[in-house]
Amino acid sequence: MNKKIRNGLNTTFITLIVLSLLVIFLSPFAFMMVTSLKTREQISVVGAPIWPAAQPKYTYNGKEVDVYTVPMSQCAGFDTNSKATKNLAITKKGRQESTFIDPNDLAHGEFVCQVSWRALDRPWIFSPTWQNYVEVWNTIPNGYWRLLGNTTFYAVITMIGTVISCILVAYGFARFRFPGRDFLFIVLISTIFLPGAVTIIPTYSFWQKLGLVGTWYPLIVPHFFANAYNVFLFRQYFMTLPRELDESAMMDGASPLRILWSILIPQSYPVIIAVVVFHIVFAWNDYFGPLIYLSTAKQNWPISVALSSYNGIYGQQPQLIQAGAMMALLLPVILFFVAQRFFVQGIVITGVEK
Amino acid sequence: MLEQLNSRVFRLPSLASLRKMQTLSRREMKNGLLFLSPWLFGFVAFTFLPMLATLFFSFLNLRITDGIFSTPKFVGFENYATLWKDPQAGINPMEWFSSKTPSSLLITIKFGLIALPIGIFAPLGLALLMNNKYLKGQFIFRSLFYMPFIVPFVASIFLWGGMLNSETGWINRVLFFLGVPKENLPLWANDVNTVYPTYVIMGIWGIGNAMLIMLAGLQGVPTELYDAANVDGANAWATFWNITFPMISPVIFYNLVLDIVGLFQYFLVPLVVNSGTGSPGGATMFYNLYLYKTFFTFQNMSYGSTLAWFLFLVILLITIILFSTAKYWVYYAGEARS
Repeated sequence: MNKKIRNGLNTTFITLIVLSLLVIFLSPFAFMMVTSLKTREQISVVGAPIWPAAQPKYTYNGKEVDVYTVPMSQCAGFDTNSKATKNLAITKKGRQESTFIDPNDLAHGEFVCQVSWRALDRPWIFSPTWQNYVEVWNTIPNGYWRLLGNTTFYAVITMIGTVISCILVAYGFARFRFPGRDFLFIVLISTIFLPGAVTIIPTYSFWQKLGLVGTWYPLIVPHFFANAYNVFLFRQYFMTLPRELDESAMMDGASPLRILWSILIPQSYPVIIAVVVFHIVFAWNDYFGPLIYLSTAKQNWPISVALSSYNGIYGQQPQLIQAGAMMALLLPVILFFVAQRFFVQGIVITGVEK
Repeated sequence: MLEQLNSRVFRLPSLASLRKMQTLSRREMKNGLLFLSPWLFGFVAFTFLPMLATLFFSFLNLRITDGIFSTPKFVGFENYATLWKDPQAGINPMEWFSSKTPSSLLITIKFGLIALPIGIFAPLGLALLMNNKYLKGQFIFRSLFYMPFIVPFVASIFLWGGMLNSETGWINRVLFFLGVPKENLPLWANDVNTVYPTYVIMGIWGIGNAMLIMLAGLQGVPTELYDAANVDGANAWATFWNITFPMISPVIFYNLVLDIVGLFQYFLVPLVVNSGTGSPGGATMFYNLYLYKTFFTFQNMSYGSTLAWFLFLVILLITIILFSTAKYWVYYAGEARS
């Protein structure tokens, strides 16, 4: 019993710590959401509330009139000691006294209060607007659907290329001994440390000579020739797998490709799925590559470049920028939550007692 | 390599088995190179030849003016001499504290001193929390902490631009609420003193990736090891340092290496957040940003190539040092340490 209570306390303590960390960690999403639901008018008012709100108006006798927060003690026909305030529609503005009507009590009719309308505050009523999303959808370069199509195409094609090529290369590094292998591995690793600038100008000129700048080729083709990041991750993982199984398969006459396919890959699902998810995120986030190779070909823009260009035009309207950011991240986030099941499952398989 | 071959020959008893051995290792080499071939081809085409071209450029005086290449002339080490004296690049440590122009290399190192420890310990700490057996709802927490990493780079910059806005951002609203006077509220990306913490905050938001890799490492530690430690009566601290840390050391090593690489290639954040101008006060003219500006803004191909080659050599040196320490603290189960 004592142990049970202690476990319960530990659980509460740890979970609360993690929960409060999470709230801080995710608060920018709340900021984005809230800002994207505000009207342009609210953004421009100093002292407006942080939640999406509007100052209500009331239509009275076919005329739109403003609503003010009025202390009821100042109004004719109400208790002079009352501390209550009401949101009333103003029908006649005056410096000494103004005329109001209560939208919730029309039967009472118009009445006069001893207040200057200038001294009164206008109330804020919770009122989110979806108009910003409609505006971004219509005004973002290429239109939203086209951007999603472009970005998905880039992410999926390069993911297939990188997973296949990186597994093959990592297998070569992890399981074969031959003179020069370690040297080649150092060369491979040094490409991680290679500043992109040391290759970018000649590479760019190369694609330009072929007339392919402005197409997807410069961004896609290199992914079919393996990259150091993922080869390194696969190779590190393969090296933690015991060699006994592939050695006995080799004794039985299995070919290297067979050993890779039947023995190493089934043990490597966690790292494969990890690489798939990481790569899709990389491709989705990729900004610099598309910027330099596709900036002249607007029809091919992925969402990152389009959003950046949108910020250049609408940067002064945070509600539109936050709505655009929201629309840029919505699909990958949904995708992630769907794929996350497989991902965590993979981690759990290696995590439980072997 | 020769020594290895010799010792193998002396150990082998008969000529027949020696011949067999050589055939085997020849086949192993053939297969190994075959699996490496996608990378070998890609490396030559997209890395090695462009690198040589860049090295070649660094000994020329190649510039582009109005889209036209200058007639290249061989200038020897002139670009490297310029680099040594260039206060903006600032590769000469003797002048780091006397020069009026902040050194780009020093800026990069200074930022690294703040960002690197956080880049390792924040995701490790979070992964340990996620892996804590008392935590309820691990699945959902893990997903939610990872989520910001999914956010496209440009979107996250705009998001944080809003959060850290000195007038309307939530961070300053909270600070004001906590009693910081209005005139003392930080300007974040627009103040020399707060611009690095600003970048670190933006960076911490993306630790989900490193956290997941470390978590995968933590969950890959065989539970028998913990059971054995438990039987021996080891406390949590001893268990961490004697079991958890060695078992996940390859993962930590991987992340450390990636962080250092990322540090020296850091430039997209200052490019987008501070428009790549180095503002405020030149504090964000990171080395790699200076390099890209030399290439793309000033179109000085030869000097840009020189900067690029120096950066490459610095990174290579650090890498070699790191890998030479790896055998003392990184543990691989599959391959014997020799």
